[in-house]
Amino acid sequence: MAPAALFTALCRVGDDRLILGHRTSEWCGHAPILEEDIALANIALDLIGQATLVLQYASAVEGAGRTEDALAYFREAVEFRNAMLCELPRGDFGVTTVRQFLHGVFSVLQWDALSRSVDPTISGIAAKALKESRYHVRHAGEWVIRLGDGTAESHARTQAAVDALWPYTGELFMQPTDEADLVAGGLTADVSLLAPAWQQQVRDVLARATLQVPGDGWMHRGGRDGRHTEHLGHLLAEMQIVARSHPGAQW
Amino acid sequence: MPPSPAVAEDPVRLAEFEARIAADGSIEPKDWMPARYRSQLVRMMSQHAHSEVVGMLPEGNWITRAPSLRRKMILLAKVQDEGGHGLYIYCGTETLGVDRHDLVQQLLDGKAKYSSIFNYPTLTWADIGAIGWLVDGAAIVNQTMLAKASYGPYARAMVRICKEENFHKRQGYEIMTTLARGTPAQQAMAQESLNRWWWPSLMMFGPHDADSPNSDELKRWGIKRKSNDELRQRFVNLTIAQVKAIGLTVPDPDLAYDEATGDWKTGPIDWDEFWRVVKGDGLCNKERLDARRAAHAEGAWVREAAVAHAARRAAGD
Amino acid sequence: MTPASPEQPWPVWEVFIQPAAGDPHEHAGSVHAVDAEHALQNARDTYARRNEGVSLWVVPAAAITASTPEDMGPFFDPANDKAYRHPQFYKVPKGVKVF
Repeated sequence: MAPAALFTALCRVGDDRLILGHRTSEWCGHAPILEEDIALANIALDLIGQATLVLQYASAVEGAGRTEDALAYFREAVEFRNAMLCELPRGDFGVTTVRQFLHGVFSVLQWDALSRSVDPTISGIAAKALKESRYHVRHAGEWVIRLGDGTAESHARTQAAVDALWPYTGELFMQPTDEADLVAGGLTADVSLLAPAWQQQVRDVLARATLQVPGDGWMHRGGRDGRHTEHLGHLLAEMQIVARSHPGAQW
Repeated sequence: MPPSPAVAEDPVRLAEFEARIAADGSIEPKDWMPARYRSQLVRMMSQHAHSEVVGMLPEGNWITRAPSLRRKMILLAKVQDEGGHGLYIYCGTETLGVDRHDLVQQLLDGKAKYSSIFNYPTLTWADIGAIGWLVDGAAIVNQTMLAKASYGPYARAMVRICKEENFHKRQGYEIMTTLARGTPAQQAMAQESLNRWWWPSLMMFGPHDADSPNSDELKRWGIKRKSNDELRQRFVNLTIAQVKAIGLTVPDPDLAYDEATGDWKTGPIDWDEFWRVVKGDGLCNKERLDARRAAHAEGAWVREAAVAHAARRAAGD
Repeated sequence: MTPASPEQPWPVWEVFIQPAAGDPHEHAGSVHAVDAEHALQNARDTYARRNEGVSLWVVPAAAITASTPEDMGPFFDPANDKAYRHPQFYKVPKGVKVF
């Protein structure tokens, strides 16, 4: 099995959690109520923890002496492999909640599939992460319903969030061609197979939230190959500033 | 908090109450208590809770820039803890018959105080080390005492908080140790940060005992067990050894060891600066409150939606 | 901006946590939440961040009835003189080491 392909595949999994975790962490101290500050920080911690484990393994697979920190702090935007959904600005609480839900449902399905990987490191990480992501979906799903079926204002804001984020969800299920051997070998999962279950779960919750599912339209793509929105560069500029100002330093 | 009027308390009950506290008894929410005890507790506990919540901001300022994944998670967990601690103490305050919503409103209206230390800016990564080490270090000295406070719900919240905060000071000192043993630029960052945070940390214990109007009453009622100066001295004694161990220095030319008492004596504290920041002219007073107000205002639609949805669900819609 | 009606605060829920299987649930603190599932999630996020427990109860604070300090005498003093409820009240013959 080509290590390069597995390295890239692991970056796709790890970078999603790193970038989404970073965005979620931006809420700390600014949430609508104290209880939610604590909840969002828990979710961000889970995601960054998942990213750390996956990037650690990516580092080992690459075998080039780049640690998980080097991968997080010293790669350029075009080297990141996360879905663009994860890097979009946090927006209001509606955007954050809807994104957490849309990505969370994907995440549960992906971890579930990866928990059956023939690679014991991958299946081990996935089994642990699966439990965390199930809670994220439970938390975010309840909030989507509360906000969608809350007040007129919350309904409008949440529908706007669904509409704005929807074109970024297609990318989650576009299976990269360079992972064909990995999937055939049972190391990673074919994300395109996860789409029907995702559609069903998402539509169910949106219906309970009295929200409309957007119609079929163009789906943005590129993040899995390093082509991103402009937002990622700014996110990384902030995230990497201290580490890059002191190359070689320990923290 | 409106100033509590001088209420004539039933002398028999007051004597019983004070005897109970003198015997190290614990006061619970439904127990009789002097109105002034209640109002002092509400004042002190809500200030403490506000401090935890406002205290999320200066450190939160560096979550997105933490220089390693490990540090990012530690800092996020720590700032989250501060939020949790605010929540615990607000809960404790609510047992006195006040609503958290009203307490938060007083903070947002600028009518409630919080610890002035959080009105200083965090300028470098080393400040995250300095805050954990010095600010949390000072807070722990204070909170260890409050864990023995006479009011049960406050003491119990403090026990939980002290348990959780054990790691806060350690992670801060670990950051400072790593920097102090790091590159020349990191060493300079550590020293510069210690220079800025040293004196404000000493001010956290409040004015000298002679200038602390509430202290006597708080001590008699077992809300505070030690005076500001006693606690400050304990903090200085603990910290100087830690400063020396990592090769840094405190910005105090008058610092001297007193053989007779075994205490480290500091030079004079700049109380003008202290009162200036308390009264609102610190660099970040406005910024911190604005941040809290913005979060509260931008979250209003979320809180309202949750209430509206729950009401609809309860009605069986 | 002043809202048309004052904001309605979220109700308080008391949180009880079971530290380990077999232990009784203990009072941990409280949270604000709009319904039971919400309270359960907030309790989990607030009071179980460090592996503190294996089970949670949430109860609307308004649903708890507590005894008052005035009840203390009539409720609890009568138990003081019932030493026969305690095992130490009974003599065991010398030589019986394990009972």
